[in-house]
Order: sequence, then structure tokens, then C-alpha cells
Amino acid sequence: MADSAAHPRWLQHHFTSAGQQRESAKLGMWIFLVTEILFFGGLFCAYAIYHAWNPDIFHEAHKALDWRLGGLNTLVLITSSLTMALAIRSLQVNKAKLANGYLWATILLALTFMVIKYFEYAHKFHVGQLPGKYYTYTGIEGTSPHIFFSLYFMMTGLHGLHVMIGIGVILWLIIRNRRGDFSNAYYNPVEMTGLYWHLVDLIWIYLFPLFYLVG
Amino acid sequence: MDTTATFWLPVPASTVAQDIDALWSFVFWISTFFFLLILGMMIVFAIRYRRRAGDVERLDKGPSHNNPLEAAWIIIPTLIVLVIFVWGFRGYMKMTVVPANSMEVKVTGQKWFWSFAYPEGASSVNDLVVPVDTPVKLLMSSQDVIHSFYVPAFRVKRDVLPNRYQVAWFEANQVGEFDLFCTEYCGTSHSDMIGKVRVLSKADYASWLEESTIGAEGMDPVELGRKLYTAKACMTCHSVDGNPGNGPTFKGVFGHQVEFADGSSLMADENYIRESILSPRAKIVAGFQPIMPTYQGLLKDAEIDALVAYIKSLGAESE
Amino acid sequence: MSNAATHTEPLRSNLAVPDQIDEKTGLPRENYIQDGGKGLKSWLLTMDHKRIAILYLITVVAAFFVGGIMALLIRLELFLPDEQFFNADQYNQLFTLHGAIMIFLFIIPSIPAILGNFVLPLQIGAKDVAFPKLNLASWYVYMLGAGITLISIFTSAADTGWTFYTPYSSSTSTSVIPMTMGVFVLGFSSIFTGLNFIVTVHKLRAPGLTWFKMPLMVWGLYATAIIQVLATPVLGITVLLLTLERAFGIGIFDPAMGGDPVLYQHFFWFYSHPAVYIMILPGMGIMSDLIATFSHRKIFGYKFVAFSSLAIALVSFLVWGHHMFTSGQSEIAVMIFSFLTFMVGIPSAIKVFNWTTTLYKGSISFAVPMLYALGFLFLFTIGGLTGIVIGALSLDIHLHDTYFIVAHFHYVMVGGTVMALIGGLYYWWPKIWGRMYSRTLGVFAFLLVFVGFNMTFFTQFILGARGMPRRYFTYVEQFQPLHAFSSSGAMVMGLGFLLVAINLWWAIKHGKPAGSNPWGALTLEWTECTSPPIPHNFKETPKIEYGAYEYDRVIPTMEKQG
Ligand code: HEA
Ligand code: HEA
Ligand code: HEC
Ligand code: CUA
Ligand SMILES: [Cu+2]
Repeated sequence: MADSAAHPRWLQHHFTSAGQQRESAKLGMWIFLVTEILFFGGLFCAYAIYHAWNPDIFHEAHKALDWRLGGLNTLVLITSSLTMALAIRSLQVNKAKLANGYLWATILLALTFMVIKYFEYAHKFHVGQLPGKYYTYTGIEGTSPHIFFSLYFMMTGLHGLHVMIGIGVILWLIIRNRRGDFSNAYYNPVEMTGLYWHLVDLIWIYLFPLFYLVG
Repeated sequence: MDTTATFWLPVPASTVAQDIDALWSFVFWISTFFFLLILGMMIVFAIRYRRRAGDVERLDKGPSHNNPLEAAWIIIPTLIVLVIFVWGFRGYMKMTVVPANSMEVKVTGQKWFWSFAYPEGASSVNDLVVPVDTPVKLLMSSQDVIHSFYVPAFRVKRDVLPNRYQVAWFEANQVGEFDLFCTEYCGTSHSDMIGKVRVLSKADYASWLEESTIGAEGMDPVELGRKLYTAKACMTCHSVDGNPGNGPTFKGVFGHQVEFADGSSLMADENYIRESILSPRAKIVAGFQPIMPTYQGLLKDAEIDALVAYIKSLGAESE
Repeated sequence: MSNAATHTEPLRSNLAVPDQIDEKTGLPRENYIQDGGKGLKSWLLTMDHKRIAILYLITVVAAFFVGGIMALLIRLELFLPDEQFFNADQYNQLFTLHGAIMIFLFIIPSIPAILGNFVLPLQIGAKDVAFPKLNLASWYVYMLGAGITLISIFTSAADTGWTFYTPYSSSTSTSVIPMTMGVFVLGFSSIFTGLNFIVTVHKLRAPGLTWFKMPLMVWGLYATAIIQVLATPVLGITVLLLTLERAFGIGIFDPAMGGDPVLYQHFFWFYSHPAVYIMILPGMGIMSDLIATFSHRKIFGYKFVAFSSLAIALVSFLVWGHHMFTSGQSEIAVMIFSFLTFMVGIPSAIKVFNWTTTLYKGSISFAVPMLYALGFLFLFTIGGLTGIVIGALSLDIHLHDTYFIVAHFHYVMVGGTVMALIGGLYYWWPKIWGRMYSRTLGVFAFLLVFVGFNMTFFTQFILGARGMPRRYFTYVEQFQPLHAFSSSGAMVMGLGFLLVAINLWWAIKHGKPAGSNPWGALTLEWTECTSPPIPHNFKETPKIEYGAYEYDRVIPTMEKQG
């Protein structure tokens, strides 16, 4: 399609205006985030139920997690949310180069998060604080501490998967941005990825106290 | 009191059945009424207002809405379902709250039979024996997956779970024999996990208890074994005609070299048979799944002896 | 409508006239079938919602036939008690596959993905759905999910029932994981479709098409989409947990490890109850369109019908516990669930009454789609009223997990959704392909389906009330005559479905050209689009001069067949 002012290249044929396209993308993204929340919601629900059934064991088991590492990771993720927001801001003021810098920073922070997570996981694998039937650790009293770790690994694992997917998507944004796809007239994909990234951050902000700070 | 089966429902043989059947009739006739109402309107309108030549050039003159009518068909069904709801809930409470003076039977469900333990120490398999006109409380649990205890004639049903006790109760008010089904899908022989409830007069029940607690002393062990083979549900998995079922056939087992899943083998003797019954997981016959339940606690020594004798007799016959 | 309208000069609806008619075929020269590109690749990479609908049509109908053949095998086996053609394990795998295929591969995607995809943009005057790529992706995800499910079929098919109850599903030796992973993947397909539809309805309506001028089909799809988006993620997490339970023994549902099997049931039904309304709401949408069009009547109580869809969608999230009345919930819980179950029945009652009243003073045509609409009204009423029966606590204790339940859900799913789907296919077939099928064969096939269906499933109400449990490979002697009768009915019904397929298949190539508006409908796909439509649907964005069913203001321009 011809690249004219009335119908720029990035405007898809079935939309009548840029506004319509942007509104649609936004609404679609929000609905997607709702499905994500419900997806994690199922797990939070399971967490709540088992916590209600075995409060003592959850309390005992949470001591096996290092709140300092968890706290550090919280900081890292919050910062990455900030850099993500700054990337969008840079596009709005038409500074594509700067935007890419912020996107790289976001990826770097996300990787830091994953590395810290890796050390935490490695330790737990080592001492046998594993989910379900692989649980071999003996340091925690009580009937079923393995359920705590089942939930821990599932929820943080699923969250970690989201972080990885986020890294992939941001990489793709960087490539597109270098190609010159984005400007202050069109940056929908960056904005949508930003929404996604904030959600991933938000979910961690719930996971952190639930696992590292249960009292 | 009506004690026969109707076109729709089986014999109402418990004290709660009547109330449930009455609610059934109520809902049935209400439903029939609404169904015929809808059907009648549909047929009348379809015939009366069928399309005729020239219709298409005419504008629609019918009503497009009518709020009082809408209100009517919201409010009337709502009131009706409220009645059904309250009635159904009260019936449910009656079925849930166990009378204080009930006799208690412990029910165990496992793949794929029911066992019952009575207060006087008697036990039975797939054959629940209860006195008439006596409230019976069932304290139920499962050894493996979920089962569900269902006696249509009593209108009683309750899932039987592996991690907690479930309670049901009934009071049979009619002497007779009634079907007992497992209604929660539990695998291969789910549809064979059926039995009977025998409701006896109080006198008959007393003598049944006596008989079964004394045991079948003096009975020929092979005879007793043959009876236990059906009574204790061995027959759900083991045949005696040489065809394998869920488990190997009993025919010709005794005295034969049995191959196990781990590659070892052994000559089947009395001890092996006994072990198979009490700790079936100890040795798994090649080609079969380790699904046989343990009969520890379900069989008395004399009964195990009888089963061994019976299986032995099947081995000998085939030679 | 206001009285003023009747005094003014009646409007006439448009008739979309194609630029050119192809002499050989008698169809418009420009249409999406020929002009979207040629060859298999152009279909597999298409982003046209109409072509994606056709892709779905092929695969979903194939799933129906596979599931249907399994149903026939089930009925064959149950003709007599004891082992006939299959052993117990094979039978258990059969009904599991039948249920799972029919639910996850057939009925959930059926109406939204086939007819919804085709007509939703047309009915709101849009060129496509909001996210065409996502739309195509949903079909590929569907195929992927179907493929994974197939792995299960060929490697000792799962034998858990379509509900995958734990602890049975985590302990059986059959291949459950491919099945649950297949369901997991299929969920995304459903979410994609739902998400797409919500955005499309909100953002892509033609100027002037207000919410209350939309066809009720759109309302139905919209309400469905809300459930798809809100409920499906929970199913996703549930089957994921189940998969992890089986693969790694995480112990969440395993009683031996401190988990709770009943928790699984809560998770499962939290999706699967709303899912039954994912199945019926689009069917109800089709019903409204059919009844209005074939009576040439404004739908009676439009707003009530529209809002009742939303009411169903919202309340449906609060009643899941009615599948678990016997599993030992607290008295308070069962009371609330039973109460809300009745409440969710009321909006359906509103619809049934409004449809019936729409016939009043109409000009009723007995075209084949209308037969299915009337069939739906008949069968769904029975199915829904028996839902009321089992919503009553004390009655459900007796009827739970018996054939009464089997009969209930086939009445609503086959008697409701499948009837609506076939009615909808007959209705839009001339739009999709531009050609008309045989009415005689259509009527004959309808009679076979209708009679066969009632023979099969009404009998099962009797069986169930008398105590016949479901998922039974064999049964006690007293049930034999009824089972035999039910099985005979299934064969009649199967023949009927086969004839439906033959009739429609034949029409694609050999039917007479149907013209733009053979039924005299007033919705945009008929008044503004040629049959088949052009690739971008409309020559120019349609102007909305009247609502979807305003037969009291507008005289429809019908086109003579042939
Ligand atoms: C399309 C799918 C569909 C639909 C629409 C429905 C609709 C309803 N269902 Fe059904 N149901 C299923 C599919 C569906 N169901 C399936 C698949 C199962 C079993 C799953 C399994 O276990 O495998 C099931 C099981 C099921 C159960 C659990 C039974 C058990 O396992 O013990 C219950 C219990 O309450 C129930 C109730 C209802 C009710 C009250 C409605 C209502 O929405 C019906 C409303 C309609 C009407 C009421 C009729 C029209 C109204 C009138 C004619 C006016 C007059 C009305 C009154 C006076 C009230 N259903
Ligand atoms: C949309 C959903 C759907 C549909 C359409 C159907 C359709 C049918 N079902 Fe299904 N059924 C379920 C969903 C559905 N079912 C579910 C969810 C269960 C529960 C499973 C469980 O317990 O886990 C179930 C269970 C179930 C049972 C109970 C099994 C048991 O509990 O033991 C029975 C028994 O009669 C049955 C029968 C039928 C029949 C006869 C049809 C007929 O309507 C089918 C008719 C269609 C055809 C027959 C296809 C036409 C094809 C031909 C005629 C052959 C053509 C030949 C070629 C193509 C070459 N079904
Ligand atoms: C649920 C099914 C089931 C029931 C009920 C059952 N069994 Fe078994 N049984 C099996 C299976 C399967 C095997 C083979 C696998 C194994 O060795 O555990 C088996 C093996 C045996 C063996 C060893 C047979 C051989 O060929 O070596 C004996 C003896 C036996 N069972 C006796 C009994 C008796 C006696 C009863 C009843 C009191 C009984 N079983 C009830 C399933 C069952
Ligand atoms: Cu036990 Cu079914
Ligand atoms: Cu339900």
C-alpha cells in the first residue's frame, strides 16, 4: 500500500484511522493482560488455599528462602519497569536512539533478575528443596512442606518464563526500532510491550511477599 | 405408601425417597406445562402465521415489545424456581443430617469393590446387609481413587474420597434386594463395581450377623473358598476358566512356575498365594499391572486358608 | 419502535449487486474465494476472516465426524450388556475421546470460529476482525492443539473421562499428558478468538451502528467472548497443574501427598461450567437471527434478549459447584450454588419466551434453517428444563452421574448448539458459497436428525431416572431394552447428519446461484454484500439506516433464486 500521510505504511488496511488502530491494540492488550492475571490467579488461589490449611508449614518453609536475594530482585525488576517506561517516553519525544538504549537497559536488568533467580534455584536443587515427590530436604518439620516448594517453583517458574518471553519481545523491538519502524507517530508495539512488562513486574511484587515474607 | 417403581423412578425403598419423588413429580409437571406451552404457541403461530403470497411487501405489524409481559415471564419462573430451590434444599438437608440413633457401617471403596464393616465385627464385600426400619450411617472412605456410593432405590449417593471420611445415611423401609452402583468413574471395572443392598427384617438381620461372625466353621475349605471367591470380589479380576482378566486366572496357578515383572520366577505354593493376597505388591506377575488391593484385615486366617485351598483345587483339576 | 415510523413511507432494503457475473458459474466475478489468491498456500497464509472461517469449517466439522463415529461405536457397544466389540478399557477410552473431542475440538470452537469469524465483521460493517494475524494464529494454535491431542489417541488413549478427575487421572497408565497439553494449547486458540471479537465489536463497528442496532448474533458472540477470555485461562492453569502433577508429582491434587482431589474439581468446573455457556450463547445468537429473518419480524423484546446474554455470561461464573453436589461441600456452599443455578436459568427462559412471541403475527417461512430454529426451541426447552430438575439439590443427589445427566447435556449441546450450528450453516451457506442446497433433502435430513435425536436421548432420561450410571461399559439386565432403543436412534441420527453434510457439500459446486439476499434478511451481510462477498467485504463502508430487524420500517428486497 502506498505510504501516504492519509494511509501510512503501518496502518493496516482494515482500520480507518491511526486512532482506531491504536485504540484497538490497547483494548486487545488490556484483555490479554486480564487473561494473564486470571492465569496466575489460579495459582494464587491454590496458594491461598494451602496457606490457609497449613499456615505453620508455610511459615517454616519460607525461612528457606533468602529475602535479601528476593528483595534485590524486586528492586531490579522495578528499575527495569522504569527503563521500559523511559523507552516509551523517548519515542514519544522522537528519540529513537535513546529509546534503544533504554530497551537494552531493560534487557540487562531482566537478565540480572534471571541470574539471581538461577543462583536461588541452584541452591534449592542442591539441598533438595524440590517440588512434590522430588522433595528430599529434611530440615523442615511438618506434614507437607513440599507443597510450599511445589507452589514456589511453579509460580516463580511461570513468572520467570514470562520474563524470558519479555526479553525476547524487547529484543525484537530493538531490531524493529533500529530499522526505523517507530516514531512519535507510531510506537504501538513498544507501548503494548511496556504494558506487558509492567504486569510481569506487578506479579513479582505479589510473589515476593507471599513467598519470602510470609509471617 | 406407594412402594412400587413408577415409569420414571425405581422402587422408593427408603424414608427420604418419598419426599424426593414428590419433588420430582412437582418439577416434572411444571416442566411439562412449560414445555407444552412453548410447543403449543410455536405450533399455533407457525400454522396461523405461515408465509402467504404477497406477505413480503407488507410491513411487520406485530408488537415489538411489551414490558408487563416481560415482567410476567421473569417473575413467574423466578417464583417457581424459588419453590423448587427451597424444596430441594430441605430434602438435601434431610439426606445429610444423620439421625443420632443410627447404626454405623464402615464402607471402603477400592478398585473395584466395596467392603463393609459392621459394628458387631462382621464384614462383607459388595453385599451390604442392613435391618429394615433402622437408620444406617455410612462412614465411607476410599483406598485409591474417588468412587461414589449409589443406591437408586434409596435415592442416596455420595462420593467416596481417598483423603477424608464421607458420610451418608438412609433408613430402608422395605425388605428386599436393591442395586448398589459405583457412580464415580474409577477405571477399567467401574461398571463392575456393583453390588447389592440386602434389607432384612430385624430378626433375619440378627441371625445373619450371628452366622457371619461365627464364620463358616465346619464348612469344607474348598467350598468356603469358592464362596469367598465371589463374596470377596476376587472374581472381578480373576477368572477360573483359564482366561486372564485384570489379573491372572486362578486356573492352573498352583504348582506352576510364575514369571514376575522383574524377571524372577517362582513356583506357586501356599505361601506365595497367601503373600499374593496379603501383600500383592510384593511380587508382580509379568504382564499385569500392580492393581490388586491388599486384603489385609479383610479376611480372617480361616478364610485365607479356604481361598488357598480353593485355588489349590483349581490347580489340581487342570493337571 | 416509535409509532411515527409506521406513518412515513416504508424504506426498502438494499440489494448488493455484483459488478460482473461470471457467465459460467453464475456467481459474482469478484469474490473472496477466487480473488484472495490461488492455491493451497493462499489459503494457509490468508488473513481474510472469511477464509479463516473456511479453514475452521473444515477442521471443526472433521472433529465432529470423528467424535460422532466414536459416539456410534459407544452406542453399538451398549446395545447389549457385557463385552460386544470392545473391552472395558477400550470403551473407557472411547467415551473419553468422544467427550474430549466433542467439547474441546468441536463444540467450543464451532460457532464462534466458523460462523462468528465469517459473519461478525460482515454484520457490523467492518473489513475484517481487529487482529487478522491473531485470527490466523488461532487456527494454527488450534491445529497444534489438535495434533498434540492426536498423540494421545495413538499412544494408549487417555481413559479418564473428559473431566480428568484426580487422583484417577494422575495415576492411570494411559497417556493423559498429551491430552491435557492439547487442551492447554487449544485454550489459547479460544482466547485469541474471544479477544479478537471483543475488540472488533468495540472498535470496528461501522459509523452509526449503535449497540442496540446490532444483530443479536453479535451480542451472542460478544457475551461468549467475555466468557472465553475470563474462564479459559483458569482451565489452562488447571490442566497445567494436572500435567505437572502427573509428570513431577507436585502433590497439589494428590491426597497421598497432602493435596486435595476435590480442589481439582473446583478448578475444573470453574472453567467448564462457564464453558457450557460458551457453547450455547452463540447458538442463541443464531436463533435470534433465524427467528427474526424467517418470520420477517422485529425480534420481540430485543433489549431483554441482548441483556440476558450478558446476564448469563456473568452469573455463569458463580454456579460451578452444581457439578459437585455429591462430593462433600459444605451445606452453605451447595445452597448458594443451587440457588444461583436456578437464577442462571431465568435469562434463558426470557430468551425462549421472546423467541416464541416473535413468531406471533409473523410471516413464517419454513426454509430449512427455520426448521432447525424451531427444532432448537423444542429441544433446548427440554434440555434447559431438565437442567432445572438437576439444579434441585435433592433431585441431583439421585440423578448425578446417571444417564439423566448424559441426556440433559446432549439435549442442550446437540439439541441446542448443534441444531443452531446446522441451522446457521444452512442460513449462511448461500452467503459463504453463493449457492443454494436442496430443500427437499434438507427437510428429509432434518426429520431424521430430529426423530433419531429424540429416540436416542429421551430414552436416556428414563434410563437415568431409573438409576443407570454413566460411564458404564456394561450394565444390569433390566436396562437392556431402553439401551437398545437408544442405540437404534443414534443410527438414525447419524444417517441424518451424514445427509446434511452431503447436501451442503453438493451445493458448493452444483447448487443454483443464490443471489445476494435469498431470505429477505435485513442485516448487513445480506443487504450490502454480494454472495460470496468481495475480499474486503464492502465496496464502501455501509451507511446504517435501520437496525438489524426493523421489519416494521423496512421492506426487505428479496432475490428470486436461480
Ligand atoms: C450447552 C451446554 C449446556 C447448557 C446450556 C446447560 C444449561 C443448564 N444446565 Fe447443564 N450441563 C452441561 C451442559 C449445559 N447445561 C454439561 C455438559 C453437563 C455435564 C458435564 C459432565 O458432568 O460431563 C451439565 C450438567 C449440569 C448439572 C450437573 C449435574 C450433575 O452432574 O449432577 C447441572 C446441575 O445443576 C446443570 C444445570 C443446568 C441448568 C440449570 C441450565 C440452564 O442454563 C438451563 C436454562 C434453560 C431453561 C430453564 C429452559 C427454557 C425456559 C423455559 C421453557 C421457561 C420456563 C422455565 C422455568 C419455569 C424455570 N447442568
Ligand atoms: C458437543 C458435544 C457432543 C456431541 C455432539 C455428542 C454427540 C453424541 N453423543 Fe455424546 N458426549 C459428550 C458430548 C457430545 N456428544 C460428552 C461431553 C460426553 C461425556 C463424556 C464423558 O463421560 O467423559 C458424552 C458422552 C456420551 C455418552 C455416554 C457414555 C457413557 O457415559 O458411558 C453417550 C452414550 O450414548 C453419547 C452418545 C452420543 C451420540 C449418539 C451422539 C450423536 O449425536 C452423534 C451423532 C453424530 C454422528 C453419528 C456423526 C455422523 C457420522 C456418520 C453417520 C458416519 C459418517 C461416515 C463417514 C464420515 C465415512 N455421548
Ligand atoms: C482389582 C483387581 C483384583 C482383585 C479384586 C483381586 N486380585 Fe488377585 N491379582 C490381581 C492382579 C492384577 C494380579 C497380578 C499382578 C500381581 O501379582 O499383583 C493378581 C495376582 C493374584 C495372585 C497371584 C496369581 C498368579 O498367577 O501368580 C493371587 C493368588 C491372587 N491375585 C489372589 C486373589 C484373591 C484370593 C483375591 C480375592 C480375595 C484377589 N486376588 C482379588 C488383581 C486382583
Ligand atoms: Cu468405583 Cu466407579
Ligand atoms: Cu454446569
